[in-house]
Amino acid sequence: MTVTQFVIASAVLFSIGVYGVLVRRSAVMVLMSVELILNSVNINLVAFGALHDNIAGEVFALFVITVAAAEVGVGLALVLLIFRNRKNINIHEVDLMKG
Amino acid sequence: MNQFLDDFGLSIMVFVPLITGLIIMLIPRAKEELIKQLALGSSLATLGWAILLTVRFDIDNASTLQFVVDTDWITAIGSRYIMGIDGLALPLILLTTLIVPLCIIYSFNHWPEPANPKSFLTLILILETGMLGTFVAQDLILFFVFFEVVLLPMYFMIGVWGGQNRRYASLKFFLYTLFGSALMLISFLALYFLADGTAAGLDVVNTFDMRALSDGATGAIARTSQLWIFAGMFLGFGVKVPIFPFHTWLPDAHTEAPTVGSVILAAVLLKLGTYGFVRIAIPILPEAASAWAPVIGVLAVIGIIYGALGCLAQKDLKRLIAFSSVAHMGFVMLGIATLTNIGITAAVFGMVAHGLITGMLFFLAGSIKERYHTLDMSKLGGLLTDAPRMGWVVAFCAMASLGLPGLAGFWGEFPVILASYSPAAILSESMFRTFMVIAAVGTVLAAGYLLWMLQKAAFGTAGGGSVDLTPGATPHNGDGDDHLPKANTAIKDTTKREWIAWAPLLVLILGLGVYPRLVHEVVEPATEKSLEINVGNIKYDCLELSPSSATDCFNEIRNRNG
Amino acid sequence: MTATIFAAAETSTEAAHQATGWFLDNIWILPLMPALSFFAILFLGKKMRCRGSDPGLLTTGLALAFSIAAGIQWLGSVGEGGTLPVVGEWKWYSAAGFDLSVGTLVDGLTIAMIFVVSLVSFLVHVYSTDYVKGDRRYTHYFAFLSLFTASMLLLVISNSTIQMIVAWELVGVCSFSLISHWWEDKSNSGAGLKAMLTNRVGDIGLLIGVAILFFAAGGTFSVLEINSLALSGGISHLVLLVAACALLAAVASKSGQFPLYTWLPDAMAGPTPVSALIHAATMVVAGVFLVARLYGVFFEGFAIAGSSINLLALIGAATTIFGATLAFAQTDIKRVLAYSTISQLGYMVMALGVGAWTAAIFHLFTHAFFKACLFLGSGSVSHAAGGTFDMRKMGGLKQHMPHTYKTFLIASLALAGVAPLAGFWSKDEILAGTGGWGIFGGTGGNGAYTLMIVMGLITTALTAAYMTRCVYMTFHGDYRGEGHPHESGKRIVVPLWVLAGLATVAGLVNLPKGFQLVPKSWTERFGHFIEPHGVTYFPKIEHATPSWTLGIFSIIVAGAGISLTVLYIKRKQQIAERTSQSKLASVGYNILVNKYYLDHLYSGIITKTVRGPLAAGVNRFDKTVIDGVVNAAGKTSVAAGNIIYNQIDQKIVDGLVNATAIQTEEAGEELRKIQTGKVQHYGSIMFASAIVFTLLIIIFI
Repeated sequence: MTVTQFVIASAVLFSIGVYGVLVRRSAVMVLMSVELILNSVNINLVAFGALHDNIAGEVFALFVITVAAAEVGVGLALVLLIFRNRKNINIHEVDLMKG
Repeated sequence: MNQFLDDFGLSIMVFVPLITGLIIMLIPRAKEELIKQLALGSSLATLGWAILLTVRFDIDNASTLQFVVDTDWITAIGSRYIMGIDGLALPLILLTTLIVPLCIIYSFNHWPEPANPKSFLTLILILETGMLGTFVAQDLILFFVFFEVVLLPMYFMIGVWGGQNRRYASLKFFLYTLFGSALMLISFLALYFLADGTAAGLDVVNTFDMRALSDGATGAIARTSQLWIFAGMFLGFGVKVPIFPFHTWLPDAHTEAPTVGSVILAAVLLKLGTYGFVRIAIPILPEAASAWAPVIGVLAVIGIIYGALGCLAQKDLKRLIAFSSVAHMGFVMLGIATLTNIGITAAVFGMVAHGLITGMLFFLAGSIKERYHTLDMSKLGGLLTDAPRMGWVVAFCAMASLGLPGLAGFWGEFPVILASYSPAAILSESMFRTFMVIAAVGTVLAAGYLLWMLQKAAFGTAGGGSVDLTPGATPHNGDGDDHLPKANTAIKDTTKREWIAWAPLLVLILGLGVYPRLVHEVVEPATEKSLEINVGNIKYDCLELSPSSATDCFNEIRNRNG
Repeated sequence: MTATIFAAAETSTEAAHQATGWFLDNIWILPLMPALSFFAILFLGKKMRCRGSDPGLLTTGLALAFSIAAGIQWLGSVGEGGTLPVVGEWKWYSAAGFDLSVGTLVDGLTIAMIFVVSLVSFLVHVYSTDYVKGDRRYTHYFAFLSLFTASMLLLVISNSTIQMIVAWELVGVCSFSLISHWWEDKSNSGAGLKAMLTNRVGDIGLLIGVAILFFAAGGTFSVLEINSLALSGGISHLVLLVAACALLAAVASKSGQFPLYTWLPDAMAGPTPVSALIHAATMVVAGVFLVARLYGVFFEGFAIAGSSINLLALIGAATTIFGATLAFAQTDIKRVLAYSTISQLGYMVMALGVGAWTAAIFHLFTHAFFKACLFLGSGSVSHAAGGTFDMRKMGGLKQHMPHTYKTFLIASLALAGVAPLAGFWSKDEILAGTGGWGIFGGTGGNGAYTLMIVMGLITTALTAAYMTRCVYMTFHGDYRGEGHPHESGKRIVVPLWVLAGLATVAGLVNLPKGFQLVPKSWTERFGHFIEPHGVTYFPKIEHATPSWTLGIFSIIVAGAGISLTVLYIKRKQQIAERTSQSKLASVGYNILVNKYYLDHLYSGIITKTVRGPLAAGVNRFDKTVIDGVVNAAGKTSVAAGNIIYNQIDQKIVDGLVNATAIQTEEAGEELRKIQTGKVQHYGSIMFASAIVFTLLIIIFI
């Protein structure tokens, strides 16, 4: 297997993630799409780490997973609060910061 | 005790008002008496302390900094906590410490709307710390911090206690000055990076130490860089002065500010700008100063004429006084632009005199407004009938303001005219003589608007009217007073509170007019030193050479350092 | 310092000797007394029983005694070889290049001036206690009289130009506040304003002139040093000329010279004693005093010696004619006197301009007495005539107020130059001093100022004529006013008689050189004691020897002026009577009465032309052109102020500031549309930009 396949897989995953972030209305789906983006990065990190025989890639991937877990935690907490206050989680309606 | 004074005297003087202000913040609003007494007490204590320092001040060595404190402050950027006063700062410090308690006395039980003595007094005290700090700071960053500390309390004072148009005025004041300060800060930073502290005997190269900077550390900076750095300071200080054409914030701010705010603004705040020129811009960058002096001179005389003409067009008393500040500060700037000992000494005297006189005029405007509920001069009149004592005070101050000899204003004007006849040799004599003539014309216009103001406000009767007498007949032989207007009994004459607040100013206006030496003696040696160009221990007299040989002189300094 | 200035004096045959005397050394006490009185009246006056007049009376009385004592000591000190002045100097402040000292300088000029000032001031104080009795600002009035006296004395004893500026401005302020004494009436405060502003215009010249002389003399304000340097050639001629011209502006404004005299007639709005003291006898001669004090500067600057015309003499001569012609057009008695003062001040300035220094000061001396007498007399008249100064509402007061009439008449004759009253002697010395001799056959003088002697003689005739008219309209004929005129009280009449007495005899103190009727030691006493001799600060001026021809001719001229006016007035009455007579009779009568119409030629054409079109023309010129320029300048300034403020300041300068703010706000307004608050919009923008940047990087790198 060459590194190209990993990069292609990662790119596909990234694009799906971006699509999800930009298009989905449900906050939970957006969060999941963010996870996809992060994991696409992880694939890249591990792949290039193996290619260059450098442990830093795996270490970084592990670090990203940890951060992602925290991020999901905070994100879900926010979603929960939004739901409590607004009775839905449609992010199109969350525009209090409109200038 | 003396050692203690030398080491901590200045810091105590500067920070006592701030600390009192903070304490006042902690006291509940209901305890108004306590707050008032505390504020007055601390401002009086500051005045007393300043007088104590003056007594300790060695007048024979007025040119050297005294009570110097020099300790580490922000080591990361090489900024130090340096304070000290010399003959230049001393009169202005006394002026500040005097004006603040008088302002507090004036507003006692008499707060501007919305009445909130607690915040009002806190702001005044913070303001005092800022002003005093600016006059004692000997490090550029420290100076800058104090210079900016002044802004915010004044902004709130105008914005909260101001007149109808206060929001606009306060914002304009704030943004205008902030704009100037930003450029000034850039200049300070440029100085930090370009100066060579070792040339002035420091062990570091980059420094904010004003003493070192004015003692040769800037000698090696290229001429073009010097010009740009000076330009930045020029804008920063010039806005504060204000020099034409940066003056438009002043009439608005003055018109809208509460009486006390106007007084402090006119008496002290404007001097921060001119003080900056005398203390920082000229001693640190003499070469650039000599190059910029014609520009300053032109703007100064434009300011003199322009301010006077502006006055003639005003209908509002306070706005008139504000415009007259533009003209008076023009005289101060012209004195500075001559780069001579006489001129700058006169300029410092002019600052003090203007502080006393214009401060007094704003007090009066406030009291007139309180009594007549208007400052529209077409509706005023008859003050001398309704409140004779106050009318005489107005007349006295108008005379002082138009530069009557024997009163303080004269010594800020005539020596400036004298100095512009013979400016520093490096400057064009014919140009400054032209300035002299224009400035002299300005004194006539000054007499014009002040007497006109006096006629409108003090003479005649209210509403701009006057008694109608049969033409041709002048039945004035003291026989009958029947035709004379009756005094408006609703108008109270000067109250005791007002007398207490005004008497020191009136006495000083007369005292300094009769005996200007009080100020001259302290200022003059310091001025002389500020014009000296010392590099290391060698003294150069570049300013006293013809333009071409002065260039060589400055180049010599540069090569010596480089 | 003293040694260097007067070193040259020792080369003369007999060394000048130093005047001494306690009063001369301590002359500083003189202005101090009324100054203290000012503060006493200001702070305590209202509580006193006299309401403030007594301190003024006391101190001016003491000042008079002091002046006399100083004068006696001075007379005793004057030596044949010249006298060095008494100089007292206190270092007020001294710094590099800026030596500020105050001090006193007593020489003959000072002695003459302090005597005039303190005497007139004292008499005016006495007079005022009656005249302004019961005035609502009685206390302030006396306070300012005291302040004025102090300032004026300070001016005349000062030894430095800067001290002179101080006193100069102070007298101006006193003048302002006393002119606007009755400020309830706007025209009064307007007159005060006009006086102050006109004087400030002149002050430009004073400030500049003093500044020039300060640097030209190497950084000193001392009048002695400046004069000495100017005379010894230490200052270039051009600098002196510029300085003298600048100072001339100040002289013109203070001493009512052409073209800045317009304030003086308006200043008559003040109380009459003030007009007598300030606007006739003392303050207005401050300009003359300034020239006399800095005579070295003017003498060299205008190259007075050996010339035939210069700006100083020309301005003086023009003023004297202008003032005299204008006096005809007035119906207000005080304004007649005011124009007369202008005319006489022109005489003094002209005298200084032609080098007749002593004659100028002598005329200043005599003029102070008879003009003060006339003003005080006019006040007395106005008291009697119900408060008016309009001569058309007077007439026939001769019977009602004999003392006022007699004193007024004496003073008028003195002014008109009738021998042997004071004005004759001083005026003739000026005429002689012009050196424009022609047919008169005298000798001496500093130059040949023919134009000046002609102008001077014309003025003599005019002066005699308008004073005759004034006396006639006021005191003769029938009373045309209301109420019952009465003689004024003692406190008014006694000062009048004192002044009238002085107006009679003052001329004798300076009988002309070569006057054969008296011993030689009686002549030129004034010149001997007053003019500085044997010193370097004063130029060597030539004294003229007047001739009998000139003296007699000037008397004839004055007499002609008087008689022509009398004839004219008489004829006017007869014309009124004639209307009842028949036509034929009236033709013959006319020819006789008109003395073959020679009278008509003299009075009808010449006098009428002078009185009518010429005076009216000058008056119109004065009112429209000169005053017009002043007013236009004022209005233009205000208009320019309005334009600058409304257009430039508010629109352009302020506009730029506001425009910056508005632009920022508009930009913000546009940019806020991007901020929808929706996360996905932000995300889209972010990713889109990322793609754009990536593409750019790929393409360009």
